[in-house]
Amino acid sequence: MTSGIGEAFSGAGRPLLVACLVAGDPDERTSLDLMREAENCGADIIELVMPYSDPVADGPVMQKAMQRALGAGTTPDTLFSLIRDFRAGSKTPILVLTYANIVVQRGIETFYREAALAGADGIAVADVPLEESDPFCRAARGEGVDPVLFVSQTTSRERLERIVSGAGGFLYLVAVLGVTGARERIDPRVIGHIRAVKAASALPVVPGFGIGTAGQVRELVRAGADGVIVGSAIVREIERTLGEPFAMKEAVGGKVRELASALR
Amino acid sequence: MTDPSRFGVYGGRFVPETLMAALEELEQGFRTIVPGNEFREEMKYYLHEYAGRKTPLTFCRNVSRDFGCRVYLKREDLLHSGAHKLNNALGQALLAKFMGKHRLIAETGAGQHGVATAIAGAVLGMQVDVYMGEEDIRRQGLNVSRMKMLGARVLPVSSGSRTLKDAINEALRDWVTNVATTHYLIGSVVGPHPFPTMVRDFQTVIGNETRDQVMEKEGRLPDAIVACVGGGSNAIGIFTPFLGEDTRLFGAEAGGEGPEGRHGATLCRGRPGVLHGTYTYLIQDAFGQILESHSISAGLDYPGVGPEHSFLRDSGRVSYHPVTDREALDAFLYLSRSEGIIPALESAHAVSLAEKVASGLEKDDVLVINLSGRGDKDVAQVASMTGDLL
Repeated sequence: MTSGIGEAFSGAGRPLLVACLVAGDPDERTSLDLMREAENCGADIIELVMPYSDPVADGPVMQKAMQRALGAGTTPDTLFSLIRDFRAGSKTPILVLTYANIVVQRGIETFYREAALAGADGIAVADVPLEESDPFCRAARGEGVDPVLFVSQTTSRERLERIVSGAGGFLYLVAVLGVTGARERIDPRVIGHIRAVKAASALPVVPGFGIGTAGQVRELVRAGADGVIVGSAIVREIERTLGEPFAMKEAVGGKVRELASALR
Repeated sequence: MTDPSRFGVYGGRFVPETLMAALEELEQGFRTIVPGNEFREEMKYYLHEYAGRKTPLTFCRNVSRDFGCRVYLKREDLLHSGAHKLNNALGQALLAKFMGKHRLIAETGAGQHGVATAIAGAVLGMQVDVYMGEEDIRRQGLNVSRMKMLGARVLPVSSGSRTLKDAINEALRDWVTNVATTHYLIGSVVGPHPFPTMVRDFQTVIGNETRDQVMEKEGRLPDAIVACVGGGSNAIGIFTPFLGEDTRLFGAEAGGEGPEGRHGATLCRGRPGVLHGTYTYLIQDAFGQILESHSISAGLDYPGVGPEHSFLRDSGRVSYHPVTDREALDAFLYLSRSEGIIPALESAHAVSLAEKVASGLEKDDVLVINLSGRGDKDVAQVASMTGDLL
């Protein structure tokens, strides 16, 4: 069975832009508008983050966005209702990203079922490595949702093989040693890392973390990336325009357009 | 086959993929280096010659009279640095050095673990960076100065609640970034595997000594042992050698403002979930967002707890009870005046619970309280709280 995410990669004939937003940032209604704006401006997949109070894989921009969203009352119910509303008018795949405790408290199977019913295509859990992934991946496959797993520069060859065999949708290649947040330049080791992971995997290989400009997107695509994930650089535009809804939509749309242009 | 990363259903390794290699390397080092002769000789030198082990097991005449049983204090307050934290800091720092790391990072709440890590870094010649919440830096000026004098950098954490929980988040983020050169010297039996097991093993020296000392003095094992539990390292340290015995074991949690108020009584009032790499009891809302804890003592002010304590709670082997801020303060003053020993506010929780435990014991029964640290760091705080009452 090919998933929405799998079809998007195989059908596009070009690398894809995964645009990341935090559910409920700065509030539920604006969040939905921004998802639609990102899609209209060229996002091929929307990564929607369910915020968590203690996001250890995230840098300051995403941390603040999660605090804004939680302050606005975001819960998994908000997340699922955003996905449902977005899905009502769009086929663009949605990847949910969150942290283990959010899923565990909902009940692992319940969370995946609700996400699938709402229309999510994949789920990635930032603090669930291979060793803890069994119940999560099983729930994902049971509901027909892709279990997106992470690989990093510190992942051994033997682990990589096991991750590849457990993962679905695409491989999320962590492009920095560190947390999320746009960097000045791409870590030169990432270029070789992308090649090595691609050689070991039939799944699309998509770098994320630290990517923020069209130039960086082109550099990664030249290295063989099947797409790129951009979060903080987009979310920063929300932070910059808080309280100005029109400017916010414009700023987010503009950033997505700039990144998307590098892939066409 | 039992999973070495678990205590029953608790524990595990819930960390970003980037950290897995570091955890595997650490586990490898822990399994191969720590049991080796060279490490053990070095550790013996640092614990005995340098840190002042073994610490006394003091028979307390006045407390025994008041409590109506034979009460001993295990004197971790007399360890160099003033608390049990140094046992673990020396162990991990030495292991990190054997593993070729030259930088240590640590989180600290009250500052005791930060001070212990700064001491270990100074004596072993390693660079030390300590993450500390801005709120805690404000509350714990004395220990901030101690860390700086010992050559450590204190890095303020301004995210989240700006306390211990956020300092751990920031230390984990640092470790993800500097994983090749840096060891994260976690301060309690919390975090992802192998930390809860490793920290327990470095703290079990407390229980091993207690066992020998009480056998020597009483010719038998104690009837009850009481320790305070924040993350739970001093408690695990003294409990471990007695888990297979008949000795009754009690953990004192931070009851904070009482049954209706804010607290840090994770095991008594929390629910299992995932935080800081481990599955354990947590203080959290219905959706899994971690809530701020509260305690009069910064060292117990943590919304999680070591996963082995979660297991011991469920199995019933250890009985955990909340002790309120008020009760801890009373016990702080009581021990100061009855025995001339000013306990850390954390340890005062154990003293308070011990009084309740003692009410169910006979005159000849033996009760051991783990006095995990001394109270110098808390003197200014207690003075400002008690004011004219003193």
